[in-house]
Amino acid sequence: MDDVTMRPGSVAVAEQAASEVFIVELAEYSGPLDLLLTLIRDEQIDIYDIPIARIAEQFLARISSLKLDEAADYLEMAARLVRIKAQMLLPRREGEDVWEDPRAELVRRLLEYQQVKEVVDVLEKRSEERRSRFARAYTQAAVQLPVAGPLTISLPELLSAVDRVLRLARKPHVHDVVPRALDVDGAIGIVRALLAIRANAQWKDILPRKAEPWEVLSLLLALLELAKRGELRLMQPRAFAAFEITRDSSSEAA
Amino acid sequence: MAAHAEDSENTLEAALEELRIHYDEGEHGVELVEVAGGWQILTRPEYTEAIERAQLAARPQRLSAAALETLAIIAYRQPIGRAEIEEIRGVGAGAILKSLHERGLIDVVGRGEGLGRPLLYGTTGSFLEQFALRHLEELPRADELAIALRAPRHATPTGAAAPAKDNGEAPPRAD
Repeated sequence: MDDVTMRPGSVAVAEQAASEVFIVELAEYSGPLDLLLTLIRDEQIDIYDIPIARIAEQFLARISSLKLDEAADYLEMAARLVRIKAQMLLPRREGEDVWEDPRAELVRRLLEYQQVKEVVDVLEKRSEERRSRFARAYTQAAVQLPVAGPLTISLPELLSAVDRVLRLARKPHVHDVVPRALDVDGAIGIVRALLAIRANAQWKDILPRKAEPWEVLSLLLALLELAKRGELRLMQPRAFAAFEITRDSSSEAA
Repeated sequence: MAAHAEDSENTLEAALEELRIHYDEGEHGVELVEVAGGWQILTRPEYTEAIERAQLAARPQRLSAAALETLAIIAYRQPIGRAEIEEIRGVGAGAILKSLHERGLIDVVGRGEGLGRPLLYGTTGSFLEQFALRHLEELPRADELAIALRAPRHATPTGAAAPAKDNGEAPPRAD
């Protein structure tokens, strides 16, 4: 730990890291508490009785192997652990009744953080479920981008970027599209034949079971066409109800 | 007047129920879902891939673990200032708060009493929507966690405040 606390240079960098410009975010740990919890779990340590010296040592080893020893947040935690370790070493008088465990505050924070992680698990599941559904008229939330200054980029840089993109781009997928023309005339025949035997019908009467999309479209166009020609009438009694197809007798008479 | 409002509310509920059943029984591609104090017509999960393949819509990006943690803390402890969030997570939260704000998940809901009157953050309706919650009370274990996450500090009733008790106040080993 001398390595961390004694180097003024690294502290300066750490202060810089505290500003918003420099963010250390690892895929593995989302912060020093996360790293600490992971260590405690890996070592199967009782959270209420943390062997501070051992954990502090491992914490320092881990942050230096991850090159995290320049990030302020991790450094602060390292300093805290070392301080607690020192406090634990202070001699205590026998029979001293009020002794506050120097680890208490850390344990409280770890437990609190653990609860946050539990909530995160639940939230993650919910959002994953919600992400797979789209709302009607889905619109991406508008994000106001700050006005950026002019871009400085050289031609070779641009060309090499294009080169990378081209290498990354997948080959286009070629589909065979089978033309399946609509059969409106055929559908008109079906509708006429049905209306010849009964005066009214419903959409489900004219639609075959397990109809293909082209059949559905043909029938729909046929209905609209016949309605236009005045051979039938289409009616929907109320919103979302199935519409009714009625033979238009007035045109028959004409 | 009030009776009238109640009346129209009943009519509305009946209509919504009718629409919901209609979508379910007719095996429509969409369903009616209650969310964030309202109702929403959403596509069913089994069609997600088809919709994405057809490029009609794309799934929003996932939030990072750090962003989710920050959001969870705000959700349970709102209104909450940046310093408190940073204390719980042990990391700076500035950039994350900015991005959560940009995504419309949190908003500034007031200013604190303390030094410099810090901005206080809370979750938005869009947060409820994106986490498929009807209201904040639907958050998991809201009452339990509210004690742990909402209670003022040093008032934790459980062993957390006095961990030393657990080993019978034995002097700690100098490991």
